[in-house]
Amino acid sequence: MLVHSRTGRWAAWVFFFALFLPLFALPFLVVVMASFATNWSGAFPSHATLAHYRDVTHGDSLHALTTSLLTALAASVLALVAGGWAALAAERLRGGWRRVVDALFMLPVAVPSVVVGLSLLVAFSKPPFLLNGTARIVILAHTVLVTAFAYQSVSAALTRLDPAYEQSAASLGARPATVLWRIRIPLLLPSLTAAAGLCFALSMGELSATMMLYPPGWVPLPVRVYGATSRGSLFEGAALAVVLMLTTLVVLLGMSRIRTRASYR
Amino acid sequence: MASVTAGSPAQSPAGPPARTGPHQADAVRRRRPGVPGWAWALPPVAALGLAFLYPLVLVAKQSLSPDSGGHSFSAYTEVFHEESFRKALWNTVWIATASTAGCLVLGFLLALVIAFVPFPGGRLLSRFIDVFLAFPSFLITLALLFLYGTVGMANGLWTDVTGAASGPVDFLRTPWGVLLAEVTYFTPFVMRPLLAAFSQVDTAQVEVASSLGARAPRIVRQVILPEALPSLAAGGSLVLVLCLNEFGIVLFTGAKGVTTLPMLVYSKAILDGDYPGACAVAMVAVVLSVALYALYRAAAARALGGGRRAGA
Repeated sequence: MLVHSRTGRWAAWVFFFALFLPLFALPFLVVVMASFATNWSGAFPSHATLAHYRDVTHGDSLHALTTSLLTALAASVLALVAGGWAALAAERLRGGWRRVVDALFMLPVAVPSVVVGLSLLVAFSKPPFLLNGTARIVILAHTVLVTAFAYQSVSAALTRLDPAYEQSAASLGARPATVLWRIRIPLLLPSLTAAAGLCFALSMGELSATMMLYPPGWVPLPVRVYGATSRGSLFEGAALAVVLMLTTLVVLLGMSRIRTRASYR
Repeated sequence: MASVTAGSPAQSPAGPPARTGPHQADAVRRRRPGVPGWAWALPPVAALGLAFLYPLVLVAKQSLSPDSGGHSFSAYTEVFHEESFRKALWNTVWIATASTAGCLVLGFLLALVIAFVPFPGGRLLSRFIDVFLAFPSFLITLALLFLYGTVGMANGLWTDVTGAASGPVDFLRTPWGVLLAEVTYFTPFVMRPLLAAFSQVDTAQVEVASSLGARAPRIVRQVILPEALPSLAAGGSLVLVLCLNEFGIVLFTGAKGVTTLPMLVYSKAILDGDYPGACAVAMVAVVLSVALYALYRAAAARALGGGRRAGA
């Protein structure tokens, strides 16, 4: 115990919550409050309504939600396959080469997402790869951005894996493919689902690269939130943001083990 | 690590043969013919190359190929002479540095209370931080609009209390608004590694220091801080890179006066259609971020090594 006196402890806690609540809890509270209102003239919003949520259930907003869900699903599956494969293959490489693959797969984290968007725009706007204006370029961008987290998560899980299982399987004559499929992947499953949840959440909220790339027919939810707020419909934007947060939360809880960006980088 | 698959004649250099274990299994697998281990790394690396590296190379190429044709550094010289670029570069660097400093101080203090002055619900709170990290950054700016915007809680309170027509709080569209949003959003990124490091601090050391008469500030300075320094360095450099690259917060702030490098890339490419210029700015941003990211990886490796030493 760092602080022994009762008053000292209380002072520390008061200090903590005086900073924590307004900085981290209040933002979520006001967005939720605003999503049920049409007006904010005093200290609190007024004119309670569910209209913003009714709007989400049809039309463009619903389309944006399904667009985001489909993009996130496709991107996380692709990222998991690419990142997981790379991590499994990198584990067998020698020191130097392994570090090269590590650095390559973590590089998209360092490069600004806007630049990733720009680079895909530059590369895939002309033959032989004409993807610009399709949903595929958005999915590709999201995949590039979240693969690093899948890679990092699977690599971290691989170092924690008890080698005894695969060694006994191999010594009993199991082929490498059998060992991979029957032993390693089942053992990795908890980390894979956690990584999938994180990839999904990050893709749901991706805005920077998407702003550079999205075609008119494939507008994900964050872009729509931006569209609403930039034309002054703040309350509609708040409702869309709440839907975005809830969907992300449900998926993360569904994946049961919440992991974070910070623990993977 | 020695190659595990077949086809590799490599002898594992580590350990005498008496310590069997892994080597036995390796030997079993090594006898089988098949694809060498490194070949399995080729498909994902090729995919990454096509989807990420090749486009980046094209950006570099485009930044050297102005619309007028040929190859030259004219896009760079033009961009460097623009007032807007110099302002964006300065904004990016100072906002990111100030945000990082704010995150480090705030994250350190908050993590200190969670770890060393524990209270019921502290675990739940770390869970909340985890969830926080999965949300997109622009939500914070959106929330700040309702807190400190022209219509919002702070100004609403002021007008309710004083009866004035409008409130005095008006900083969201200045760099300070971006700074507040970035400190709020990125502080948890510092707290996570710090909480992990604090859980490794031997509580006996704290108790001994305390029983020898050291007061809380001195214990923090002489016992806890040295233990936390690697994690602070790692978390700080990560946040610095993320702040340099931040786009959502700046976009949602919507201030004409606050342009950062990512914002400049966006406005040049999408709003002005000036691709060589956008690519030149993008290359500057990439060089800045990747250099700092390399520093972060080095710091993180040291933090991890330090943690292992402490744990051993």
